[in-house]
Amino acid sequence: MAESSIKIKGKKESFFMDKVKEILPEGGNLNLCLTCGACASGCPATGLADMDPRKFLRMCAMGMDEEVTTTPWVWMCTMCQRCIYVCPMKIDIPQLVFNARGTWPRDQRPKGIRDSCDMALRNPSNSAMGTAPDDFVFVVEDVLAEYQEAQPEFADMVAPIDKEGAHFFLNQNSREPVTEPDEMVPLWKILHLAGVDWTYGSKGWAAENYCLFLADNQCWEHVTRVSAKQADDLGCKVFLNTE
Amino acid sequence: MKFTIQDPCQIVRKGFGDEIADDLRFVIKSVVGEENVIEMTPNKSNNYCCGGGGGFLQSGFTEERRAYGKKKFDQIIETGADYCITGCHNCHAQVHDIGHHFGGTYQTVHIWTLICLSLGILGPNERTYLGDDLKDVDVFHPESSLY
Ligand code: SF4
Ligand code: SF4
Repeated sequence: MAESSIKIKGKKESFFMDKVKEILPEGGNLNLCLTCGACASGCPATGLADMDPRKFLRMCAMGMDEEVTTTPWVWMCTMCQRCIYVCPMKIDIPQLVFNARGTWPRDQRPKGIRDSCDMALRNPSNSAMGTAPDDFVFVVEDVLAEYQEAQPEFADMVAPIDKEGAHFFLNQNSREPVTEPDEMVPLWKILHLAGVDWTYGSKGWAAENYCLFLADNQCWEHVTRVSAKQADDLGCKVFLNTE
Repeated sequence: MKFTIQDPCQIVRKGFGDEIADDLRFVIKSVVGEENVIEMTPNKSNNYCCGGGGGFLQSGFTEERRAYGKKKFDQIIETGADYCITGCHNCHAQVHDIGHHFGGTYQTVHIWTLICLSLGILGPNERTYLGDDLKDVDVFHPESSLY
């Protein structure tokens, strides 16, 4: 413990933590830590990259800006918020993590997440796999027709795309239409039997949003607006995200 | 045959709380029978994340992602369940991967699969995630099998 304990070199200002405090309601309670350790003891990311949530927060509070904005641990915390849930002071560590991600130069953030975000920006599908709207429409219509024929009890089943005024706007993880289209069908059947009025959108149909995980606020907002606009333009009442 | 439930952080803890976790249980118990559900501890809003969220699956930190998921894997194994039901796509991918990686024998299944199976409307090509114990049970239109 003694060896790994943190040496404070005198009072230092934390520009990073102060900046995050400014944008969070109640400053994310970031000043209220009792150092009880409840967060760290129940965090599955504790110990990865020699870090844990309490340590990360303490380092932020001590102004160790360089360390907290370069540790790869921010990509290993899933921002699951369990630490907030168990924290007696409800301290928003995941927002610190998210904002620390955002301090990384974009081209140094994890390539897999960045590529998935960039794919989503290629066309209005929002798909992390880059699937174009036409391809999605084709797969859905093709699979639907196949099942209507093979399972005549579901001859009337629908999988609408851009149905005006549908109650639910349902989005869809790209993995199904792209790699396992049959997995879309059980959900369609349930919606059909329950008499649900729903639709996919030809735009903004993909449920995943890797720009959010990338902490690329501008692109995240873009992707979200594409989806929301499609639901609004169709006059849907409820946006159903399956992620 | 026993089933356990992975509560998705997004919809439960970060979204609608224990109430929706209870709704999920209502559906699952109706489908597989209350006596066949074995809970992980902790669960619902206090659940451990599986490690599939936040972009971890695409981050390239595969070893760390699996180390993170080991806690979830141990929880699932402790229940002795044959199936882990996941209500989120990231959870499904992660729970499936850690099961495979750490040598678990449980199956990872979407809730929609079990609902349709219980209604007798699950066709032969909609069973990718069922184990051998359920693959051939009550197949809807078996003649349409592609395999
Ligand atoms: S649980 Fe809250 S108060 Fe306790 S150490 Fe963690 S952040 Fe600080
Ligand atoms: S949000 Fe991050 S730090 Fe908090 S419990 Fe989840 S993984 Fe750990």
